[in-house]
Amino acid sequence: MTGIKTHARQHALWAVLLVTLALVLLPFAAGLIGNAWVRILAFALLYVMLALGLNIVVGYAGLLDLGYVAFYAVGAYVYALLTAPHLLEQFPALATHFPHGLSLPSWALIPLCAAVAALFGVLLGVPVLRLRGDYLAIVTLGFGEIIRIFMNNLNAPINLTNGPQGITGIAPLALAGHSLSQPLTIGPVSVSPLVQHYLVFLAMALLMLLVSIRLQDSRIGRAWRAIREDETAAKSMGIPTRNIKLLAFAMGASFGGIAGGLFAAFQGFVSPESFGLMESIVIVAMVVLGGMGHVWGVVLGAVLLYAIPEALRHLARPVQLTLFGEELVAPEALRMLLFGLSMVLIMLLRPRGILAARRAPHD
Amino acid sequence: MTERAALLEVLGASKRFGGVLAVDQVSLSVPEGSITGLIGPNGAGKTTLFNLITGLIPPDTGSFSLRGKSYDPRVVHAVARAGICRTFQNIRLFPEMTALENVMVGRHIRTESLHTGVWGAVLRTSAFRRAESSLRTEAQRLLDDLGLGHHASHLAGTLSYGDQRRLEIARALATDPQLLALDEPAAGMNATEKNALRDLLLSIRSAGRTLLIIEHDVKLIMGLCDTVTVLDRGQVIATGSPGAVQRHPAVRAAYLGHSHVHV
Repeated sequence: MTGIKTHARQHALWAVLLVTLALVLLPFAAGLIGNAWVRILAFALLYVMLALGLNIVVGYAGLLDLGYVAFYAVGAYVYALLTAPHLLEQFPALATHFPHGLSLPSWALIPLCAAVAALFGVLLGVPVLRLRGDYLAIVTLGFGEIIRIFMNNLNAPINLTNGPQGITGIAPLALAGHSLSQPLTIGPVSVSPLVQHYLVFLAMALLMLLVSIRLQDSRIGRAWRAIREDETAAKSMGIPTRNIKLLAFAMGASFGGIAGGLFAAFQGFVSPESFGLMESIVIVAMVVLGGMGHVWGVVLGAVLLYAIPEALRHLARPVQLTLFGEELVAPEALRMLLFGLSMVLIMLLRPRGILAARRAPHD
Repeated sequence: MTERAALLEVLGASKRFGGVLAVDQVSLSVPEGSITGLIGPNGAGKTTLFNLITGLIPPDTGSFSLRGKSYDPRVVHAVARAGICRTFQNIRLFPEMTALENVMVGRHIRTESLHTGVWGAVLRTSAFRRAESSLRTEAQRLLDDLGLGHHASHLAGTLSYGDQRRLEIARALATDPQLLALDEPAAGMNATEKNALRDLLLSIRSAGRTLLIIEHDVKLIMGLCDTVTVLDRGQVIATGSPGAVQRHPAVRAAYLGHSHVHV
């Protein structure tokens, strides 16, 4: 019995190692075709992180959050404000204290993004504790918009966020003294900054995947699911639903905050434009498409909804040119078209997601 | 039957919904180790009183104590911690969790420790794994005791009606309650299932727990309970042994109408 178990475990371990290796090598292969493809892969990973974070709130705890992008924005702005010269330029008093900038190390900045986002998660969570379903969705949607509008308008009277112009000059990530904006040469191999970012994102995404899986199969995960299934019954079993729900908001938000910080470091520029309502909707769609509460489904949903339309955007023009001799449908229109089509198909064929967490009891 | 110490003591509980006084200054005492029945015609306030005791509805007035220690029925999860756990009139399981997981959730409040939080779960500390595996064993044992062992890995929502009722009782027992409160446990059951339920409840009592039951099936209540309290229009109209209550004129009037009843 235990022999079979350890055997199966070894197989699983090998499978994980092989997949990880393939994912590590993937950007090198993609880089041969074009750097745009590595960029797409890196962004797909950011969306995987966001979808995993939202999955904790929506999938595990059953709290429909339509303003999730707010936490992405909070993470991005925390990273941006702490590394860009913007704040020092605005507040000379601060500049005299820190003549060389705050120069916080990346290993401290990213957890800080997570912590601030988690705080915002609790801030959103407290007033909506008593709301369920549609009501919760509307309030969270409003919260997402409030955060974006704040970032858009906090350039006066005190210029905190630089408004719609956004913040430039954000410092790149640095690990052990090496800045990720510089190529890294290991022996004969030179790893481009793009690939380095991809690898850091991959590490974070895998970490979040691990945390998601482990939380799901723990008493906290069970408490979340119990609340999702029947909050009153969960409460009657002695589960402190308020704290457990706030924990879901905070955990989900922290994932979003990390993704936001990485996004800011990757782009070197943030503006409120990146954090619109459409982003929130796309992230919800990723979770729903893959299967709420099912981590692998959510990862698949994120990759499908981000990478495939992106890839089509690059392929649509050449394919149309060779087939029809002219471009009939603009790539951007095609992207939204496919997005809508995929959602319709999913709702018709697999209403519980591509990899549904579990079959409905009375199907 | 000799006088036993009261496990649950309710004094002067009231609840008003708009113009309706659903529960009106009700006092109730549940003797330790007894099976106490709560009966009454439809709309008498049984379920409301039940919800007041278990915390689902905040009371307007009244004091509530369990084994001489007062508890706050406004905080639902604290009621379970104090030692009262309930089942629901319309089954409220966690349908998309397995039977085992349902029972494990019930067990949570009795198995908390430092290692069971987020860090324990993420780092899979050995203390966490030990706690988790003993939780699993205990839950499985409870399922076995209630004859649901073979359903452990089935989703709760897929079980038959009778099994779901049993599972709800198993989940409540997992919280290790001093008082198990059952809201119409026999609703929708056939005669065989009712007999099995009666045996189950008697065995729970003989394991040292106290039961409070709302039930419409008078035959079942009369055969099972040590004490019966009858509610009508939000007030207690009779309390006593099943036989005494059955003969009580106010009870007869409440059930059969107010004119003079000729038997």
